[in-house]
Amino acid sequence: MKLTLKIWRQKNAADEGRMVSYEIDDVSPDMSFLEMLDVLNERLILDGEDPVAFDHDCREGICGMCSLVIDGTPHGPEKATTTCQLHMRKFKDGDVITIEPWRARAFPVVKDLVVDRSAFDRIIQAGGYVSAPTGSAPEAAAIPVPKEDANKAFDAATCIGCGACVAACPNASAMLFTAAKITHLGLLPQGQPERYDRVVKMVDQMDAEGFGGCTNTGECTAVCPKGIPFETISRLNADLLKASRG
Amino acid sequence: MSRSTPVATRPRPKTPSPAAGPLKRYRSSVGKKAVMAVTGAILVLFLIAHAIGNLKVFLGREDFDHYSHWLRSVGEPAIPHRTFLTAMEVVLTVAVLLHIWAAISLARQARQARPVRYAARPKAHENRYATHVMRYGGIVVLLFVIWHLLDLTFGAVNPKGGDAQPYDKVIADFDPSRWYITLFYVVAVILVGLHLRHGLFSAVQTLGWGRQRRYPAVRLAADVVAALLVIGFVSVPVMVTIGVLN
Repeated sequence: MKLTLKIWRQKNAADEGRMVSYEIDDVSPDMSFLEMLDVLNERLILDGEDPVAFDHDCREGICGMCSLVIDGTPHGPEKATTTCQLHMRKFKDGDVITIEPWRARAFPVVKDLVVDRSAFDRIIQAGGYVSAPTGSAPEAAAIPVPKEDANKAFDAATCIGCGACVAACPNASAMLFTAAKITHLGLLPQGQPERYDRVVKMVDQMDAEGFGGCTNTGECTAVCPKGIPFETISRLNADLLKASRG
Repeated sequence: MSRSTPVATRPRPKTPSPAAGPLKRYRSSVGKKAVMAVTGAILVLFLIAHAIGNLKVFLGREDFDHYSHWLRSVGEPAIPHRTFLTAMEVVLTVAVLLHIWAAISLARQARQARPVRYAARPKAHENRYATHVMRYGGIVVLLFVIWHLLDLTFGAVNPKGGDAQPYDKVIADFDPSRWYITLFYVVAVILVGLHLRHGLFSAVQTLGWGRQRRYPAVRLAADVVAALLVIGFVSVPVMVTIGVLN
């Protein structure tokens, strides 16, 4: 396959940045999207140019490091799939592919396609935990959890914190990410003592980081590689309203 | 590659200021959405009553004018003339102002949340039209409401003036020769309907009642209420213009 890539190049946080076009030949349909970028980078290095910086780690779809807005869609055209698990067979010979970083004030560009997602860490630090004594693992059956609750909590817990929800949201809102953690912990007995305190702290941190508000468009859940359900946002809203009523 | 990139130099995010009382909570992005949901619900209840009242025009001049008179005299002599109507006007004005305040504030937050836009046109995976219908549509709806009040409430732009009987005002307003006024009303009311279509669904989600299994029913209910209101409102001007009512 022969492709034209339009890639966002930005030297550092202070650089203005611009889209740069690259022609690339010999792309195998069996390559993953990131392998295709690896091939481009090898060529750029041999040519003495600066390779394109992009985030990646496990390349198995579970670490949450890879990102990329591909033709306007975070993680590209395949539903419920991270960029690293996206394959070039999803594209056609001669395609022009636009590749951009996540766009949000709270996710400043570090270089090229790499953004700083520490804002997510700070939201978690604000309340995305349960306080429990350390020591040996507690007896698993000591606290019964209804199966239905366990399933829903687990669905929410599959969030890998990649930030695609923010990238897709027309408001650059971090609601789905925050709501996934609120739902995960709020449905389990272990999360109850800090439940209402948690939602207040996490929403405050989310706003302080400069994310936008949620307007219930559902774009986030549509692009989420883990399919975090839209109802998590409503669960967050319910908890926040309950906390507000005191 | 990502490991070796320097961490972006960015100011430490502001620590959120601690909550000072329950009202403070409504200043968060989630709280503002709750304000929008509650005020929006008040306005929808008013619209339902308004639509039912309008339909009395089909019962004839006497019924319609009598209903209008009753709105001003209800509760007399226990309460002074026009108490009910004035109270309603105050509630509606406050609701509209709060709704607009929250909308502007959230729109501003969203704009600031994405300083650099995407080069590729972001693909709509869900009903992205919703954001445009809500924000820009909301402005058009506001302009329509101002015209509508000047027209049929104050009579300033009504051919019969402010002192005429309600029935005469309606008939004169949508006279076949003034078909463009009818067209304007129809377009504006359809825009109100689209606004409600997303707004009603959104309110349920914002108030914390959104769940995956309920979404189809909530969306259907929102569509049905919006459609019935549009049909109810549009029927009066259209029937006058085509000569069924005169």
